[in-house]
Amino acid sequence: MTNLRRTMMFVPGNHPAMIRDASIYASDSIMFDLEDAVSPFEKDSARLLVYHALKMVDYGEKELIVRINSLNSGFGFDDIEAMIAADVDVIRLPKTETAKDIKDVEEVIESYERKLGREVGSTKMMAAIESAKGTLNALEIAESSKRLIGIALGAEDYVTNMKTRRYPNGNELLFARSMIIHAARSVGIMAFDTIYTDLDNEEGFKAEVELIHQLGFDGKSIINPRQIKIVNEIYRPTKKEINHALDVINAIEEANEKKSGVIALNGKMIDKPIVERAKYVLSLANHS
Amino acid sequence: MEIINQSTSGTLESSDIQIILGPNKQGIDIDIRSSVQKQFGEHIDMLIRKILSDKMIEHAKVLVVDNGALDCTIRARMETAIYRSIEGNQRVEWGVIK
Repeated sequence: MTNLRRTMMFVPGNHPAMIRDASIYASDSIMFDLEDAVSPFEKDSARLLVYHALKMVDYGEKELIVRINSLNSGFGFDDIEAMIAADVDVIRLPKTETAKDIKDVEEVIESYERKLGREVGSTKMMAAIESAKGTLNALEIAESSKRLIGIALGAEDYVTNMKTRRYPNGNELLFARSMIIHAARSVGIMAFDTIYTDLDNEEGFKAEVELIHQLGFDGKSIINPRQIKIVNEIYRPTKKEINHALDVINAIEEANEKKSGVIALNGKMIDKPIVERAKYVLSLANHS
Repeated sequence: MEIINQSTSGTLESSDIQIILGPNKQGIDIDIRSSVQKQFGEHIDMLIRKILSDKMIEHAKVLVVDNGALDCTIRARMETAIYRSIEGNQRVEWGVIK
């Protein structure tokens, strides 16, 4: 498993063909959805289907995430127990509004980790922020658990809550995106952008990915394999960026060999953020 | 476990399997209609019998319409049908099922 999460592909939890085929596409993560993509009458069926798929299908190095139903839906407890039994990597909470939402789910996760004999703390979490309240509480949500790998914007519910709709330029999401990326960065976790539903508008999708890349998001939730290549191309570093990253790493290694305390490249001091950025660029380049 | 009610799970979509499970007076009766009957009919029959046996179900009538489902889908759909057919509100034992 890599630390890259450029593309997180949504797969409806009650769709056997899509669950099977998800293994062949090049998304960094797969997100099986037990929530909005599944009718209330088929929650039991989807839960068993995703459980058995996780146990049987070889998804290789992909990170496996499951979006569960909320605890107060009547389905959330079973979702969590089933997914921990299936050894899922990450549990994604929908419609997170407060730190308490995270802590409540974390408590349930921990109880099932103990019950099922899984290492306590090994199940990671991510939170989807989908309302004005959640957006305003983004920082407390991001700080609420060591299990959190990241927070994500869920725009469809967010724009409904804000009494607006999705526009092509995305201005209606600027505040939420800015809050989420700042909250994530201040805590050192990842930030993920929302889905783009107009599959026939490739130019619109590209423009949105370029925007969220510029803002600093780590990746985007996607709903169709066609979107993977576009995201990866936009996130692929340029040759100049790769060469600079290699120079930075070489300079660090050389300085370490000489046991030199001060490291410089082309007359500029190299400090920790530059090294981290170089490693991230090389990681992106290796997976492009 | 005892099959009390008739239940349905799954769909007729490609890669899925639809199961209609109901009570039976004596033994297990399985009727399989599959797009891959010649190659996998016997395997599907054996898998369904194993799932019923694991749940200690001795009497059941099963109608199966398969459109090329993987074993994990067959298991999931069978178990869904079973839990919908048994009496009471019995929960899945996640740490135990295979």
